[in-house]
Amino acid sequence: MGRKALSLIAAAAFAIAAGAASADEDAELVVEGQEIVTKLESPEGNPLPVILSGWRFREDATQALQTDDFENPSFLEIDAARELWTKVEGKAGKSCADCHGDVEETMKGVRAHMPKWNEKAGEVWSLENYVNDCRVNRMEADAWTWEKNPMIGMTALIGLQSRGMPMEVDVSGPAEEWFERGKEMYYTRFGQLELACANCHEDHWGDMIRADHLSQGQVNGFPTYRLRNTKLVSLHDRFKGCIRDTRGETFSPGSAEFRALELYVAWRGQGLGIETPSVRQ
Amino acid sequence: MKRGSIAFALAALAAPALAGAVAPGDVVFDDEGKVAAPLSDTPGDPAAGKKVFSSRSLGNCVACHSVSSLTDVQWPGEVGPELDGIGARRSVEELRGIVADAKKTFEGSMMPSFYRVTGFIRPGDAFTGKAAKEITPLLSAQEIEDVVAFLATLKD
Repeated sequence: MGRKALSLIAAAAFAIAAGAASADEDAELVVEGQEIVTKLESPEGNPLPVILSGWRFREDATQALQTDDFENPSFLEIDAARELWTKVEGKAGKSCADCHGDVEETMKGVRAHMPKWNEKAGEVWSLENYVNDCRVNRMEADAWTWEKNPMIGMTALIGLQSRGMPMEVDVSGPAEEWFERGKEMYYTRFGQLELACANCHEDHWGDMIRADHLSQGQVNGFPTYRLRNTKLVSLHDRFKGCIRDTRGETFSPGSAEFRALELYVAWRGQGLGIETPSVRQ
Repeated sequence: MKRGSIAFALAALAAPALAGAVAPGDVVFDDEGKVAAPLSDTPGDPAAGKKVFSSRSLGNCVACHSVSSLTDVQWPGEVGPELDGIGARRSVEELRGIVADAKKTFEGSMMPSFYRVTGFIRPGDAFTGKAAKEITPLLSAQEIEDVVAFLATLKD
């Protein structure tokens, strides 16, 4: 019996134990035979009592989709990105592979440390910044839009190479100022509904807000396949959606504000396994 | 002139303000967050209030609060307290204050302020994600009164 078959049986066993259509917060995530950390004790200084991946808050059927790469609908875009990896684009006549070789070798671990301080730019950069920097300055090609394909597919392909590795962002040194800005945003009550990230994801995770089971808003699974959107969704697009839902004026994907928030929220889930590409409701 | 006609004349003078509603900025809250005066001159209608309470496009109160008598509401939320019996536990003045601006009663409450138009950070133009052009209260004065009337019927 192959590893895939074993992990499917395990997923099915969890599903039966949990009962129909309810979230199973005690299930363990095994993807393609690889165990991924979705729950860990909260380190000192983290405001959460326990750190839980959003995967734990999802219904059994949604949870199961993520355990098998053939079932996970993200892989259509990831396969398209794999083609793009070796495709020459831009005036410099280069592809990603010309500089970076095999994505499975060279991109291992990259996403686990994102976002991070970029000394040359004097800013915290997300993975998308690095992709676009390559495209514009090395390939002399057009920059990609953050919240659309092919950027989402490419960041998912790169993120996949860190799957299972612990999320570990560096918030020290010059990144600290960005961390503090992100933290301030997290607790700011935006929009006419005056809702901060913390209202739902720190004070009420585990509760139902209508039919939605509130998670801790962890970012270890992005880009994530959102079943309600029937597509892969980037983290900043989700941030945008959340602020829009406060009846607020959002920030733009790629903005300094969202990169600061990304750094802070990543820190809140430090140690969770990278799940890219995750599947959510 | 008889007293009755004086009262009638005064009422007529005051009519323009009463006919509309108390403006969001003119609502008088006491120290505990209660609002004694109705926000509109038409008494609240519990049936209309029930609709405002349950409808996603109106108050959407059920996103956070459950009321067990609302049997047709699927998946009521649990972020806010259950409201069974709230009409017995709270006066109409308290309920009006909480629905209009809960933060006056419960400091730092997560509950949105349904009858306030100032003091927001990056208010949006409804749910478009764009900046607000003009901020209108989340519910009208009459809708507030209707919800309060509905809540007042929840005696047990």
